[in-house]
Amino acid sequence: MSQNANANGVQAGRLAPDQYAANFTDLHPPLSDHEALVGADRCYFCHDAPCMEACPTTIDVPLFIRQIATGTPEAAARTILSQNILGGMCARVCPTETLCEEVCVRMTAEEQPVEIGRLQRYATDRLMGQSAQPFERAEATGKRIAVVGAGPAGLSAAHRLAMYGHEVTLFDSRPKAGGLNEFGIAAYKSTDDFAAREVAWLLGIGGITLKLGQALGNGLNLDVLSKDFDAVFLGVGLSDTNQLGIDGEALEGVVDAVDWIAELRQSEDLSALPIGRRVVVIGGGMTAIDAAVQAKLLGAESVTLAYRRGRTDMPASKYEQDLAASKGVCIVTHATPVAIHGEDAVSSIEFQRTGSDERFTLMADQVMKAIGQKLGDAMGLETDGRKIAVDGTGRTSRAGIWAGGDCASGGDDLTVTAVAEGRDAAEDIHMTLMAEG
Amino acid sequence: MADLTSNFLGITSPNPFWLASAPPTDKEYNVRRAYEAGWGGVVWKTLGEDGPPVVNVSGPRYGAIFGPDRRLMGLNNIELITDRSLDINLEEITRVKRDYPDHALIVSLMVPYDEGAWKEILDKVEATNADGVELNFGCPHGMAERGMGSAVGQVPEYVEQITRWVKKHYARPCIVKLTPNITNILGPAEAAKRGGADAVSLINTINSITSVNLDAMCPEPMIDGMGTHGGYCGPAVKPIAMNMVAEIARNPETAGLPISGIGGVTTWRDAAEFMALGAGNVQVCTAAMTYGFKVVQEMISGLSQWMDEKGHKSTADFVGLAVPKVTDWQNLNLDYVTKAEINQELCIKCGRCYAACEDTSHQAIEMGEDRVFTVKDDECVACNLCVNVCPVEGCITMRELKPGEVDERTGMTIPEDKRTWLQHPNNPGADPLACIVRGQ
Repeated sequence: MSQNANANGVQAGRLAPDQYAANFTDLHPPLSDHEALVGADRCYFCHDAPCMEACPTTIDVPLFIRQIATGTPEAAARTILSQNILGGMCARVCPTETLCEEVCVRMTAEEQPVEIGRLQRYATDRLMGQSAQPFERAEATGKRIAVVGAGPAGLSAAHRLAMYGHEVTLFDSRPKAGGLNEFGIAAYKSTDDFAAREVAWLLGIGGITLKLGQALGNGLNLDVLSKDFDAVFLGVGLSDTNQLGIDGEALEGVVDAVDWIAELRQSEDLSALPIGRRVVVIGGGMTAIDAAVQAKLLGAESVTLAYRRGRTDMPASKYEQDLAASKGVCIVTHATPVAIHGEDAVSSIEFQRTGSDERFTLMADQVMKAIGQKLGDAMGLETDGRKIAVDGTGRTSRAGIWAGGDCASGGDDLTVTAVAEGRDAAEDIHMTLMAEG
Repeated sequence: MADLTSNFLGITSPNPFWLASAPPTDKEYNVRRAYEAGWGGVVWKTLGEDGPPVVNVSGPRYGAIFGPDRRLMGLNNIELITDRSLDINLEEITRVKRDYPDHALIVSLMVPYDEGAWKEILDKVEATNADGVELNFGCPHGMAERGMGSAVGQVPEYVEQITRWVKKHYARPCIVKLTPNITNILGPAEAAKRGGADAVSLINTINSITSVNLDAMCPEPMIDGMGTHGGYCGPAVKPIAMNMVAEIARNPETAGLPISGIGGVTTWRDAAEFMALGAGNVQVCTAAMTYGFKVVQEMISGLSQWMDEKGHKSTADFVGLAVPKVTDWQNLNLDYVTKAEINQELCIKCGRCYAACEDTSHQAIEMGEDRVFTVKDDECVACNLCVNVCPVEGCITMRELKPGEVDERTGMTIPEDKRTWLQHPNNPGADPLACIVRGQ
């Protein structure tokens, strides 16, 4: 046991050195060949399969599973990747329990779905482990397209556009590509630097020039892009986070969960990453769960996830809630934060029981806010709600500019949805540019 | 509790489950273990004539076909008869029979087409006190190339002649094991009976190539880069075997000839089915080779429970009960109509019934909102394919239309009486009177 294990405050090195790797290993280890064959055998090859319908990228699940079952996982991977070039990451991070696996007919039959996500990982791992991305570029069209944001939506759009022979410049404000795949998402869902490896593999198609550290509004704007390129795709994500708007929010030890997760994801040495003894996470979505679980895995003595409504209202799935509970996260519901207390640094957080006058206080030396993200600058584009308004193929209110992923209206804020939107916008851009001649 | 004691040709055994002549019965060690595990009888792996024993390949001897979850559905082998000396086998048989007098012990034999050769080995077998012999006229590989096994079984005259020799030189029961590698099983079965066989046993293995190694471009099992056809057995061959058993059981020339049923018996139910079709007992190999000797415990308990449920006191009570129901196609009632029905409570909405019917059959299943699948009675020809592709047992069933009900597909009112092809107006050779009587 580390001597820092129960130290107050925000401290690094709460765990024994060898504990970090064990805690942050794959949440779901890869399937062995045998497990994959046994798992694939369970698929019924349904007609007009519900799993396929439930997938935002409409991967032909029965076909790829049959390809695994018949000893051709590489062909299975091509089936997956032709619909979803980030099929490897989606296999790791998709909330399959609310998508393909939720509607698997084996759920009706035995309440135990075919493990579609893990089988998808098996197939994509196999192909990615042995060869470059399997798609070829068409003859060069001479068209130049700017893709802003190298997250799931931008990568998906860039790859599809490059495949059609267009010349793509892919901008991102951060020093590394990948977006939330690289800077968000729980570390135990994307181990061994998978996000970066996947980006490198994807870029192998050629025709994509990556320009990092280039943010919109910093010499880069829509007018310039529209002039320099034949089309623009925006996949900029949600750069701002919502704030609590309560006393004490500026105290040391109060952090945005999104920033904290990014720091964790980029950390070379988790034992050097400080974590509170008593951590309170505010929120009920995936970011809240990811922050809470990882706080616990880093050695926080107690982690409380506080949500203002009930368990069934939480955006995080029951599966994710159960995962958090299994790691020792305490979930407190109907708790609305009213004030954060402390001298210089946070020492406690006060809640009101939602819908009543009851108040209670939790000791905390670290508070993580995970109450949602929002669009930064809409850049003069029409918005729908708090996002850039787009039609079904990603067209914004301005001609020549498409958008997709979390920054655009429609769809859930999921990696797989972003991939679908990037891909579909790319198809529309291609058709539009080719029609123009 | 039902009495499973079996009496086959006067040979009694604690139950009707015998191990077939094959690797599990090759030597004393295995056979003792088999009896201890509960097997009622054993057919000792085939002995050949005295002299240097046959030589087996020392590469792989088996090929396989798998179902889901790598369930072994079919097995083929290129093993020959025993490769141990005749004397050792005879000594072991003598010892085992002495120690297990209440269990059946049959000796399988295969020697060249020569009366002297048969007499010589029969005298030796008689001395072991084994309960009887089984003539291996079925082995389809290796030995057949040397004029034995299925090379004999495919020529009824040879079958008859050798059986005669055996009956002349051996006093105990003689079972003739038949090969399925023939167009009509009745030829050799009738020949065996003419030759005086006390029983036939069938089927032996089927000529087969189970797989081709696509890297080596060679059939498997591969022996130094070459392959040969082997003998196929296991659950996959059961339907072929049962048909042949039934053909012999219902053929007037062979009816009543005792049959030992062989071919893919894996569970008690398989055994009961073979016996219902006329087999007095069954022989098992692949199930034991797949799961070990213990598998017989399920066969014993299952058959016993089923017999109790049906009120059968002994196995003889139900042997052959299904034989009168086996008929030719032309005797089937063409006015019998059923319709598929899908139980919505059990349906898991996989849609396999829909795909099968829509793509390959009669477009008689409708896919409604929320994946509700229903049968269109006016299109359903009752083919049963939907039942067979449905992964949930009992979800799709066939409902029988009662006399007076109307078949929505044809508009025909179901009559009280039957009409087979022999009476059908579309049959040019039908009895015209039968049509007139029905007003057609």
